[in-house]
Amino acid sequence: MNVVVCVKQIPDPAVPGELTSDHRLKRDGAKAILDESDSYGVEMALQLVDKAGSGEVILVSMAPNGEVSGLRQALAMGAARAVLVSDDALAGADALTTSKILAKAVERAGGADLVLAATESSDGYTGTVPAQVAELLGWPSLTFAKQVDIADGKVTIQRQTEAGYDVVEASLPAVVSVTAGVVEPRYPSFKGIMAAKSKPVDQVTASDLGVATGATGQEITAVTQAPERQAGEKIEDDGTGFERVVAFLEDLKVI
Amino acid sequence: MKIWVFAESENSNPTTATLEMVTKARELGGTIEAVYVGTDADAVATGLGEYGVSKVHAVDPQGGLVGVVGAAAIAGMVDAEAPDLILFAQTYDGRDAIARLSARLDRTVLTNGMSLAVDGDSVTVGTAVFGGTLLVDAKFTGEKPYLAAIRPKSFAAEPGGATTASVAQVGTVDAGRGGEAKVLERHVEEREGPKLEEAAVVVSGGRGIGEEANYGPLVDSLANLLSGASGASRAIVDAGWVPYSKQVGQTGKTVKPKVYIALGISGATQHMVGMKGSDNIIAINKDGEAPIFSVADLGIVGDVTKVVPQLIEAIKAKG
Ligand SMILES: Cc1cc2nc3c(=O)[nH]c(=O)nc-3n(C[C@H](O)[C@H](O)[C@H](O)COP(=O)(O)OP(=O)(O)OC[C@H]3O[C@@H](n4cnc5c(N)ncnc54)[C@H](O)[C@@H]3O)c2cc1C
Ligand SMILES: Cc1cc2nc3c(=O)[nH]c(=O)nc-3n(C[C@H](O)[C@H](O)[C@H](O)COP(=O)(O)OP(=O)(O)OC[C@H]3O[C@@H](n4cnc5c(N)ncnc54)[C@H](O)[C@@H]3O)c2cc1C
Repeated sequence: MNVVVCVKQIPDPAVPGELTSDHRLKRDGAKAILDESDSYGVEMALQLVDKAGSGEVILVSMAPNGEVSGLRQALAMGAARAVLVSDDALAGADALTTSKILAKAVERAGGADLVLAATESSDGYTGTVPAQVAELLGWPSLTFAKQVDIADGKVTIQRQTEAGYDVVEASLPAVVSVTAGVVEPRYPSFKGIMAAKSKPVDQVTASDLGVATGATGQEITAVTQAPERQAGEKIEDDGTGFERVVAFLEDLKVI
Repeated sequence: MKIWVFAESENSNPTTATLEMVTKARELGGTIEAVYVGTDADAVATGLGEYGVSKVHAVDPQGGLVGVVGAAAIAGMVDAEAPDLILFAQTYDGRDAIARLSARLDRTVLTNGMSLAVDGDSVTVGTAVFGGTLLVDAKFTGEKPYLAAIRPKSFAAEPGGATTASVAQVGTVDAGRGGEAKVLERHVEEREGPKLEEAAVVVSGGRGIGEEANYGPLVDSLANLLSGASGASRAIVDAGWVPYSKQVGQTGKTVKPKVYIALGISGATQHMVGMKGSDNIIAINKDGEAPIFSVADLGIVGDVTKVVPQLIEAIKAKG
């Protein structure tokens, strides 16, 4: 069984974000890393292929400037190879354009039985890419999975809901988005890190994939500073701090 | 302007997030219709009518995922019905629906919307980025219908424009292979007290509560005592102490209670974006420099394992 994992390489979220003068996320300020949300998909894919006994984990990523550092992280975890789409024409791509690229990259990767992605990325977090990719491929999308099982050509997930979870099933191939924390992503071993350096990364452009770039149908019209909330009273607890909280709640008629 | 709302329900009532969007649509003016995927459309339509929805396009879920079937149904109707703008809640099913529809219709999406403005034919969606420090407005420049996803709690839900919504049953929908995903079972977890997004008081715990076993006695107990709901930072959700449904913040829920009480939460921007809109904020944290104090109306620099039990006793003593 072959599992393709969509992995986003993002500016390190520990470094405060910035917008460029044309209102795009500045992507050259911080070192790119594997989006932590995607480390769960990679781990899940490795476990599923392991269980199936054959097949490989293939990565697909769209990132500027031929960025591979995040891909190497995932390859070091155990993925076999990657398709990287990098193209200046994709700067400022919307989620749908990104999805068109990823859907074509999945086809280029070849022979996928299952595509995994995170429920939302850490930088753009539109949360629409997995289901958009599925629709473009013409496959079922099983989103917000907190458990994934494969058997008899079918995928069954526990889908997070407002009230609990639903058990959802579909035949393969399918796209599944996984929530954070579902599995414990492994730390790459030294051997894994060394091996990752020579694993194949097939780098292509949007036109190689036959995806048109250009106007996205959306335009940023204003960027403003959000109003800040003022800090109120702050006291050191000397053993009676709770009394101040009680008085505050009484004033609000909460108690 | 003809605005459609992708309606969701709970116990045959429209969800609050749905009614928030309908209320906003009413303010923007024009015709408001809803698309609802479910077998209880008549009951849901009654609730929607009280908020000014004139017509409900009812879709049979066919055992599939509401968002997937809904997207296919809408795709089949847009040519004839010509909605200008379709609003989805940024929820599980709302996200499925807007995503699959956008790919079907080849239309861009504006997501995580927190404000919405209409000027003639132009529609602008506002969102907050970088943990709510910057507000970004974007407008649609392509072809209609425009597709926008709105974060719950962005608008107030107020009844008005009451009417009887007519229900138009949409015929069988062909969702292609997307329709192969079937819901086999539903598991509903018991919840005590009000819902997190609707509670007047929210008490949230962070890593500073120390350990998983402290969540019940500190966070749940105080929340129960104040007839509120308990929430959490992502740190303790990721640690597996509490389920994801309790997470407040950028990747969790937005809450705007009368009082928000943060226990042992540092106040990362991604947490604060989900609670900064609360009427009153109380923070208890042992680090006087914790960023949470910059938004707190009342800050107690202290140890939650000491202050909270005292607080609980004092409130109980008041009866
Ligand atoms: C603050 C901000 C707000 C934005 N708002 C919008 C908006 O409202 N509408 C819009 O159309 N675009 C928006 N964008 C642009 C959007 O983020 C990009 O188009 C991005 O390439 C894809 O969307 P996402 O990261 O939001 O995807 P999500 O749907 O949040 O991502 C889900 C998962 O899909 C996979 N994935 C996503 N992108 C890639 C990738 N490049 N390579 C590999 N896997 C990937 C990952 O597994 C990811 O975790 C925004 C960008 C920023 C920075
Ligand atoms: C893309 C992205 C999305 C995110 N989304 C979210 C989100 O939706 N929600 C969210 O919450 N976070 C989110 N985060 C994580 C966020 O950045 C923080 O890591 C998280 O909020 C920290 O949780 P915390 O405050 O519980 O823990 P910490 O930051 O570790 O803070 C613990 C606090 O407890 C205090 N403390 C310790 N002991 C005590 C004691 N005995 N008494 C009193 N105080 C004590 C400490 O002083 C400290 O301030 C996101 C991060 C990223 C990158």
